[in-house]
Amino acid sequence: MTGILPILPIMIPLVTACVCLLVSGRRRTQRAIALTGATALLSAGIALAVYVWHHGSVVVHVGGWDAPVGIVLVADPFAVVMVLIAALMHLAVSVYTLGRSDAAHERHGYFVAMNILLMGVCGAFLTGDLFNLYVWFEVMLIGSFVLLVMGGGRERMRAGIQYVTLSLLSSAMFLAGVGILYGIAHTLNMAHLSERLALANVDHPWLVTAASVLLLISFGIKAAVFPLYFWLPASYHAPAPAVSAIFAGLLTKVGVYALIRVFVVVMPFSSYIFTVLLVAAGLTMLMGVLGAVSQTGFRRVLGFHIISQIGYMVMGLALVSSEDPQVRELAMIAAVFYILHHIIVKTNLFLVGGIVLYLTGTEDLSRLGGMLKRAPWLAVLFMIPAMSLAGLPPLSGFWAKLTVIKAGLSGGQYLLTAVALLAGILTLVSMLKLWHEVFWKPAPEPQPVVIGGSSRLKPTTASKRSLLLMAAPSALLATLTIAIGLFPQALLSVAEVTGRSILDRAGYIERIGPSANPDTPTTHTSDIYR
Amino acid sequence: MILIGSILVGVLYAAALYLLMARSSVKLVFGLMLLGHAANLLIFSAAGWVRARPPIVPVNADVPPVGHADPLPQALILTAIVISFSVLAFTSVLVRRACEVYGTDDIVNGDGDT
Repeated sequence: MTGILPILPIMIPLVTACVCLLVSGRRRTQRAIALTGATALLSAGIALAVYVWHHGSVVVHVGGWDAPVGIVLVADPFAVVMVLIAALMHLAVSVYTLGRSDAAHERHGYFVAMNILLMGVCGAFLTGDLFNLYVWFEVMLIGSFVLLVMGGGRERMRAGIQYVTLSLLSSAMFLAGVGILYGIAHTLNMAHLSERLALANVDHPWLVTAASVLLLISFGIKAAVFPLYFWLPASYHAPAPAVSAIFAGLLTKVGVYALIRVFVVVMPFSSYIFTVLLVAAGLTMLMGVLGAVSQTGFRRVLGFHIISQIGYMVMGLALVSSEDPQVRELAMIAAVFYILHHIIVKTNLFLVGGIVLYLTGTEDLSRLGGMLKRAPWLAVLFMIPAMSLAGLPPLSGFWAKLTVIKAGLSGGQYLLTAVALLAGILTLVSMLKLWHEVFWKPAPEPQPVVIGGSSRLKPTTASKRSLLLMAAPSALLATLTIAIGLFPQALLSVAEVTGRSILDRAGYIERIGPSANPDTPTTHTSDIYR
Repeated sequence: MILIGSILVGVLYAAALYLLMARSSVKLVFGLMLLGHAANLLIFSAAGWVRARPPIVPVNADVPPVGHADPLPQALILTAIVISFSVLAFTSVLVRRACEVYGTDDIVNGDGDT
């Protein structure tokens, strides 16, 4: 029975997508199914997490083929927490969608594409095979392409073409890197690859270098690391608010996840990669937050903040190259904690941005204002994730930044730590600017609606039911942010277990590699049918 | 033989990147197409070329002939071809729609009002 658990987070979105496709004409049925699917995915995520927590990692040999011939799915702590948080965001965004979404979007496969996206995300987290990771990336991308351009319009078309091109470029580089690695090591199982590459790195280091740089650039594009982030601000403001919330929460983090998986577990011996990442982390933080200053759209500002926050996660990852095992552990814990905190906060901020758009019909900061008077509850909902993002106590962001900075100081990276602190202050300034522009300053005089200028909706009378459905997930995520802030120990211990398991490379190889003992928690899918 | 393959991969990459940097989004689609081919050929070359020894078990034998070609890169390429085909189909439709909306195939610069 345990063998089926790691497959569920991939199967549930797939089945949901298929059923949604079948009933795409009936709006209510489709919504009910989408909501059921999201709930089921979260339940599966919780079940998997609880199981892995008590019994250790689960490895599934798909199709009954043993590693390294067959593809393995690996539910280790890192994969499991990521699946759990992705499922939680999916449910939150699904409920939010019920509040406000286009009937035409739903008819044209909004829920289908969303579930395909989630399938790709969960698959990417769970796989233990490098080529399979490429396949899940593509699944995820296809879903995101459809979601991004849904509804059409000039802005989305342009954003779509830029996003599609950069994504495909990144995929092609990933593929080339995988091809070269296969040429060197003749295996694709991550654990097996890790063993063999350690040997190959001695014989022909240049080939390993070529492949790792290709992978670094490919994942760097996906994670929006400096200097490869330009596609993100060009595309994330364009889609529907719910879509950009899920993009902001999950997609770049899949890139960070892949960076950690590949460069900490599979190829930890390329120290130059970590040097590059160290510099990139600092510049990513700084450039992201500086980019936000010049922006005038609500979601555009938030888009740049994603980039700057990615810098903190990459900083945690880059510090893993330290000699001191304590620093390594601290850095890994910091990276994991930061990812988890950031997903919750960033998704929530985009959700709030969507509510503002719904209430006012614009995202232009110069035309916004007076929201504090009009919707004080929304001001609270904005303030919590915004201050958490900036790192103020007692919110989750404070602890996330604290652990990263602690890791930076104990790793002796004083300049980078200073940059992290500076970026934190600038984030606060930028969040206060948003606060001022949207909530604090008086509402500007109503301007004539520009005809044909954009597809923005005219201000509508908001329905109470819609607002409730949109505010509830946002309130839930805000509560989580506060809860993490008040009781950081709970999430910190999760991050600790996760961080240690990522660094335990020998254990990973032993469990997943070809020499894995079939008696330990390893299960064959064929066992299910016995 | 491997030298010819390597040069071909290089030429394909160069052509693909050249086309990707063009302003016309139709050329962009062709660029993405060549990029996929280049990556596939790279996998094929990296895994080693074996001539005329398919990984097929002959009649009356239990194992494939010694020194047979590795079937896995072929499987990878097949998967990659299918994926890039579907993604290209999507991209073609997207570019076509965008050309209709913009009235030109120069999407990034053809838009005066932003």
